[in-house]
Amino acid sequence: MDIDVKMTVNGKAVSGKVEARTLLVQFIREHLRLTGTHVGCDTTQCGCCVVHVDGVAMKSCTMLAVQAEGKAITTIEGLAAPDGALHPMQQAFRDHHGLQCGFCTPGMVMMGVDIANRLPGADEKTVRHQLEGNICRCTGYQGIVEAIMDASAVMNAARS
Amino acid sequence: MGEFGIGQPVRRKEDVRLLTGGGEFTDDINLEAQVYAAFVRSPHANAKIVAIDALAARSMDGVIAVYTGQDLVDAGVGVLINDASYTNRNGKPMNKPVRQVMPVAQTRFVGEVLAMVIADTPAQARDAAEAVEIDYDVLPAIASTAHALDKGAPLVWPEFGENLIVHWEYGDKDDVEAKLAAAHTRVRVDLVNNRLIVSPMEPRCAAAEYDAAADSLTVYTPSQGGRRLQMMLARNLLKMAPEKVRIISRDTGGGFGIRSKMYPETVMVAFAARKLARPVKWRGDRSETFVSDYHGRDQINVAEMGLDANGRASVLKVETLLNVGAYLSENGVRLPMEGGGRIIPCMYDIPDFYFSVKPMFTNTICTDTYRGAGRPEANYIMERLMDAGARALGLSREEIRRRNFITESQMPYKTHLGFTLDSGDFDGTMQMALDAADWNGFEARRAESASRGKLRGIGLATFIEGAGSRPVEGMRMRFEENGDVTLFAGTYSHGQGHDTVYAQLVNEFLGVDFDKVNLIDGDTATSPETSNGTFGSRSSMVGGMGVKRASEAIVAKGRKIAAHLLQTDAERVVFENGIFRAQSSSVTLAEVAAASRDASKMPEGMALGLDETVVFENDVENFPNGAHVCELEIDPETGILEILNYIAVDDCGVVLNPFIVHGQVYGGVMQGVGQALTENVVYDASGQLLSASYMDYGMPRAAHMPMIEALFNIVPAKTNELGVKGAGEAGACGAPPAILSAVGDALSHIGVSHIDMPLTPERVWRAIQEASVKAA
Repeated sequence: MDIDVKMTVNGKAVSGKVEARTLLVQFIREHLRLTGTHVGCDTTQCGCCVVHVDGVAMKSCTMLAVQAEGKAITTIEGLAAPDGALHPMQQAFRDHHGLQCGFCTPGMVMMGVDIANRLPGADEKTVRHQLEGNICRCTGYQGIVEAIMDASAVMNAARS
Repeated sequence: MGEFGIGQPVRRKEDVRLLTGGGEFTDDINLEAQVYAAFVRSPHANAKIVAIDALAARSMDGVIAVYTGQDLVDAGVGVLINDASYTNRNGKPMNKPVRQVMPVAQTRFVGEVLAMVIADTPAQARDAAEAVEIDYDVLPAIASTAHALDKGAPLVWPEFGENLIVHWEYGDKDDVEAKLAAAHTRVRVDLVNNRLIVSPMEPRCAAAEYDAAADSLTVYTPSQGGRRLQMMLARNLLKMAPEKVRIISRDTGGGFGIRSKMYPETVMVAFAARKLARPVKWRGDRSETFVSDYHGRDQINVAEMGLDANGRASVLKVETLLNVGAYLSENGVRLPMEGGGRIIPCMYDIPDFYFSVKPMFTNTICTDTYRGAGRPEANYIMERLMDAGARALGLSREEIRRRNFITESQMPYKTHLGFTLDSGDFDGTMQMALDAADWNGFEARRAESASRGKLRGIGLATFIEGAGSRPVEGMRMRFEENGDVTLFAGTYSHGQGHDTVYAQLVNEFLGVDFDKVNLIDGDTATSPETSNGTFGSRSSMVGGMGVKRASEAIVAKGRKIAAHLLQTDAERVVFENGIFRAQSSSVTLAEVAAASRDASKMPEGMALGLDETVVFENDVENFPNGAHVCELEIDPETGILEILNYIAVDDCGVVLNPFIVHGQVYGGVMQGVGQALTENVVYDASGQLLSASYMDYGMPRAAHMPMIEALFNIVPAKTNELGVKGAGEAGACGAPPAILSAVGDALSHIGVSHIDMPLTPERVWRAIQEASVKAA
């Protein structure tokens, strides 16, 4: 039986009919056709599907679409400014070669923003530990960790 | 030249798209009215297929079709080919089984595809796949590399009477054994090169659509370049004309060697799309990719080396067992001979060499090329031997290497298996790494760690690679009316940054603005006819030289056109920075390109257009090499190991973009760190894959990695005009032996003499416990 869901995605009100078992990531990818959020595993390990739910990082494969009812979702497509200017985290990933194939990247960037929000000024060790739930096979994490630390400083400065 | 030319750390063109959700991976592509595939996979490692009953599945909601191996046979679908050809010394050819896309009579590994269901939704397809009933007659299975050649082991292919595929040999065994026996010092290492899951982050995926009116098929799939897949699918499998089959990879989420292969699922999706004349899509689960993507490595090596009193190695014997899996994959069986064989005995000048390779069948998914493809294994053998030799003779690890390196004065140096090393400064490269790591100051740091109860070790590994295999590749350059230049490449960038690097080269050679160069790759409809793809660290040489050759041809043609426009002779026209000059007059490349479209402005008899398609062909590969130093600390209470410092010095020839090459080094090192510390494929005795998810398989995480310091010792290759040596796989060659060398250093002080990969905390802890029991 289909269930109606309504939520805000990247600032826009969206609605749809989903099955009870429909995952949030399926709703985002298949109903909304926002394909920047990726599916890289079946066991909530890889983090390719990380989005923000009410401002907090969430693996969208680990949440049902119906659980997102009424919530505000941000996906990678909604991170840059409306004029296209990259978010400091996106810019830092570019500046530090934090991506190669680009598949884990949306989840990494969304997680990076979350780390920067929660733990401003986190040191390298903390950032590495915080990335436990995000797997990258290309970069050796070096550019990712550098980017998160760098963007975190930029975001911090913008806040203060 | 300029901030976008060769050697500049240019930021990547492709990043903005990938950072904003604009990537177009195969699962992001949806075809009008597509239906979905799900696969029925074997739960047994070895079993006769008695019957397949799909009646119930066919009657389920939304189910459109169920196909089995028999349907493929009936439809005349071909088999998956392997063109390896090796012979035993007694003249007997290798054992070569036929590999059906879906087997009809017997399944030989867990996860093998036995049936496909097509339904309206992915969920319906999965539900119906579970309802397909297969009656099996289960047989004993063998998965173990160490035991598959034992007498009485279950046979994967009983018709051959053995699991051995071939016994391949190089050199004179009796002579080498006699020389080993006579050597002043003889060292031996027994090594397991652990089996790995390659695991690019994008799961395997395929979507296909068939145009019945045109009898043409388009297949979307992650790949490392589509031309070979197109040829295989068309000629061998679906029996179509190649021009009727198009392979498209828009973005591909990592490759590392296994994406250049044709998999049964891809064939099946294409087959079903044609049969049903409807678009069909399949996205593999991660668990499906674990059991059915080709795996990497999986060798057992026994190696012995004979040295004189001065530490000069003169004789080497290497005996390798290689687990190839249930079938011959495309390249798996070749890797010790044609991968590692290119370089072994690596950086060392060892005159007498016997090499034995026994590839074998087991009831496991095939192994095939994985980052380095035989070269990491070869380097691992040699580095472990060198460390053993140093210990036996009381020499330092750097000194024994120095005494055995092939020197620049010996180059060109012909390797045992017929490859020619053209360049390399092995001693200088090693010295750079030692200096950067403060190798000589290490003992103070060891003492400091010891004061905190920690065991500190420092390790050294040097390595050589063979890059740029199958050195033939096309490249097409097209001038657009708006002044842009479009490159059409047969190489395919799936993380390597070709959009950026090729644009740098066009900027360098033709003076075209970096931002005005666009790369189109990953599409057999537009790539040059001669095309092999991206693998084996080849694109810098074959793709880069393709850009260079095309640019040269364009300049040659442009000079004639410019001469005509400037009313002078072509010989008087000089081309520099995008401008053709003859004395005081000049014309830009863009103007020449525009003129080339206008017959009235062209010299008599010259064809219109400035575009060029070239084929670059080289007769040799190139030989990147390097030295890694790893420093780490072990907690003896827990066996947990932490890498504290990591230096990677690479000679990858001329560096086209250091920003991108560093990224290749970091990634390669991480995959080596994974092999050395966390990753291990485990099959149980019945052939069940135990390490079949990210919960069970140790993918390296950010916390396993240190910040790597990557340096270059640039020694240009002499065998291509760019001077490049492929950089993609070097990291994976250097890291495992560097880490093992460091752990060996830390633990030899407490009496541990041998330890194998992966160095999990448990393994390290047990080694420490056993040593302390022995010492007590």
